[in-house]
Amino acid sequence: MMIPLLIGITLISFMVIHLAPGEPTDMQTDLNPKSSVEMRDRLRERYNLDKPLYVQYGLWLKQVATLDFGESFAQDHRPVLEKVAERMPITILINVLSIAVILAAAVPIGILSAVRRNSLFDRSTTVFVFLGFAMPSFWLALLLMDYLGVRLGLFPVAGLKSIGYDYMSSGMQVWDMAHHLILPVFVSAFGGLAGFSRYMRSNMLEVIRQDYILTARAKGLSERAVIYKHALRNALLPVITILGLSVPGLIGGSVIFETIFAIPGMGKLFYDGVLMRDYPLIMGVLVIGAVLTLIGNLLADISYALADPRIRKG
Amino acid sequence: MRYLLICILLFMTVACEQQEAVIPAEGDAAKPVHGDTFIEASIGEPNNLLPVLASDSASSDINGKVYSGLIRYDKNLQLEGELAESWEISEDNLSFTFHLRKDVVWHDGAPFTSADVLFTYQLYINPDVPTSYAEDFLQVAKAEAPDPYTFRVTYEKPYAPALESWGTSIHPKHLLEGKEITKSPLSRSPIGTGPYKFVKWDAGEKVVLLANPDYFEGQPYLHRIVYRVIPDTSTQFLELQSGGLDYMGLTPIQYSTQTDTPAFKRKFNKYRYLSFSYTYLGYNLTKPLFQDKRVRHAISYAINKQELIDGVLLGLGQAATGPYKPDTWVYNAKVKRYDYNPELSRSLFAEAGWVDSNNDGVLDKDGKKLAFTIVTNQGNDLRSKTAEIIQRRLKEVGVIVEIRVVEWATFLKEFIFPGNFDATILGWSGGPEPDQYNIWHSSKTAPRELNFVKFNNQEVDELLEAGRRTFDQEERKLIYDRFQEILAEEQPYTFLYVGEALPAVANRVRGIEPSPAGISYNFNYWWVAKSEQKYTR
Repeated sequence: MMIPLLIGITLISFMVIHLAPGEPTDMQTDLNPKSSVEMRDRLRERYNLDKPLYVQYGLWLKQVATLDFGESFAQDHRPVLEKVAERMPITILINVLSIAVILAAAVPIGILSAVRRNSLFDRSTTVFVFLGFAMPSFWLALLLMDYLGVRLGLFPVAGLKSIGYDYMSSGMQVWDMAHHLILPVFVSAFGGLAGFSRYMRSNMLEVIRQDYILTARAKGLSERAVIYKHALRNALLPVITILGLSVPGLIGGSVIFETIFAIPGMGKLFYDGVLMRDYPLIMGVLVIGAVLTLIGNLLADISYALADPRIRKG
Repeated sequence: MRYLLICILLFMTVACEQQEAVIPAEGDAAKPVHGDTFIEASIGEPNNLLPVLASDSASSDINGKVYSGLIRYDKNLQLEGELAESWEISEDNLSFTFHLRKDVVWHDGAPFTSADVLFTYQLYINPDVPTSYAEDFLQVAKAEAPDPYTFRVTYEKPYAPALESWGTSIHPKHLLEGKEITKSPLSRSPIGTGPYKFVKWDAGEKVVLLANPDYFEGQPYLHRIVYRVIPDTSTQFLELQSGGLDYMGLTPIQYSTQTDTPAFKRKFNKYRYLSFSYTYLGYNLTKPLFQDKRVRHAISYAINKQELIDGVLLGLGQAATGPYKPDTWVYNAKVKRYDYNPELSRSLFAEAGWVDSNNDGVLDKDGKKLAFTIVTNQGNDLRSKTAEIIQRRLKEVGVIVEIRVVEWATFLKEFIFPGNFDATILGWSGGPEPDQYNIWHSSKTAPRELNFVKFNNQEVDELLEAGRRTFDQEERKLIYDRFQEILAEEQPYTFLYVGEALPAVANRVRGIEPSPAGISYNFNYWWVAKSEQKYTR
């Protein structure tokens, strides 16, 4: 089932990209007083852009079947896989850190809000997480950079390493990188807090209403045991689904966020690829994303079944 | 070479005005010393460090430090020798003979000879090399290297702009010959003959260059240059303020208000000078409305250029009267000017038959209202602001203007190249070479060519052809003076304004001498006093 789905995804993506006006060669030659029409045709021929679309797709598919995503049309002409591999680690690192921060904050917030529904804590955290949700991340990032970075000088403004990174001891190098990562991870986690904590809260509320919680309470268990042993475990189950769904997001990255913090991640790579109409790169990233989404879904389904006996029997 | 043009646009500029000059500290100020690191930022990651394949400004900045050309522009924008000690132009203007320096070595130690120059020429004209710069070199009829230190090119017909093209970076033959150029490792770790050697490239992060001790004009004083990739300009500005950058080109608002603080002035010097680019309102001359010269004149009179400069550039610019930058030798100051004059504008419209016959505030003729659309590209704030101000001024004389802002690729493909527009706001950047053949010659009106307003003037065609054939600067001046007069009279564009380059440089850097070429022409002689050096390793 996964293979035809994947081919369908690539076919649609391929067509949509080619529908956008402009070609990679245009970006290199248009409005350049020193380039001529013949030159452009030569470039088009080189990239097979003069062939009909279905031929181009066929050529591309044939190449991908051998796990070769081709060469980027950008002027560096490097293999797509190499460019992606270069950007992947930092994107994954930031996303894993940010998901960890989100989980660490959202799960307790969700539980407490559910247990003390409509309390002051519930209402104030609701406002807080929705603030994070509503606030544009670039705006928050720039404010923090200006205040904490420029005025107070507590954090580096942008980038991943200091200029003197190569001359530091390895301990200092780790600290330097962590220091650079604090602001970006905070900003990216702050925006994701709302969704997760609200999700956790509603799960918890639903579970608390179940009969087995009533049973547990009737048995005379302490409120602590009821909440943390019986309710929490069940409420955490859907988190697996969310984690599964966030697998493709791990390599996704965000263009705005990476642009502002000058982090060389996947989001920026993809965005630049689209602007340059770098077809092999765009298709490469999309295929990798599609494969990861499908794998993520599969993994989520499997682990759900492992974790929840009710699903296995059903 | 566009890369040359971009370099020129970014760095070499004319008519400098230095602000808040540094007062050198007592003691160690006198003698330049080596050392320190200079940090710049670029919006994008460089694409390719082989100049033949690169066309982005980040690559060009770096390549300009790593490679050298045969000739270059000096601080007064006259050509001078770089790898060539001297050159001669033959009597018939058909061939150039370059005499090369004998003391030049590549960064890997191999000697530089005329074979490298010949190889570079062959590289540019090779149809298998995907370069955007072949045009100038395809005009060459014969290139030869009679001895290791002489290089001669011959053209079919005299072609003055060609001399400038030999400022192209010379590529190392011994490392590139017989290899597939797009797969060459040099595109990620270049080897040139320039003042700085390539050290390393952290993808998406930074490129590091180190001063070349064997540079033929002597080792540059600044020990190291780091180009940081910082895609967002607001972030760049924050980095500059926090000391993470030593150089940045400011925007007008940053220049005039946001850096006007004591804290900033303590750390940076600001400079301003006219840049080699201008913004214009171009008319589609195939549309009946704009075929009437009186209408074009009337629109030009209705636009207040000074208001545009004050409103859009915050006063940091000059009114444009033609395609050349004021204060270059080729600029003609005596052309017809169109100072803001709404009365004259209305009477010109009336002369052309456009009057407000039904008193609704809009001019009309034969029952049709006078309305047109200005299209410009997305992402250039200055251009859309300019469009809005023009829209308002034209409304005052009774013209309805609509504005469309379109994404760049769509803008070119759907509007500009098919001629599917009324008027457009765009800009051209150029350099010291005055040849404008590709933009104004009537043979350049095919789809995708640059004369997309379809300007067609017999005399301009002849002048442009003559300008390409003539080498003598005084003779060329006469030709291009007349060319500018015709453009001013015909107004195929309303030339709006010339912007300014507004760099800020850390004030520990000494030796910056603004000149007609801007500030970066003598970068190799910039230095930092021992006591003020910020980076010791």
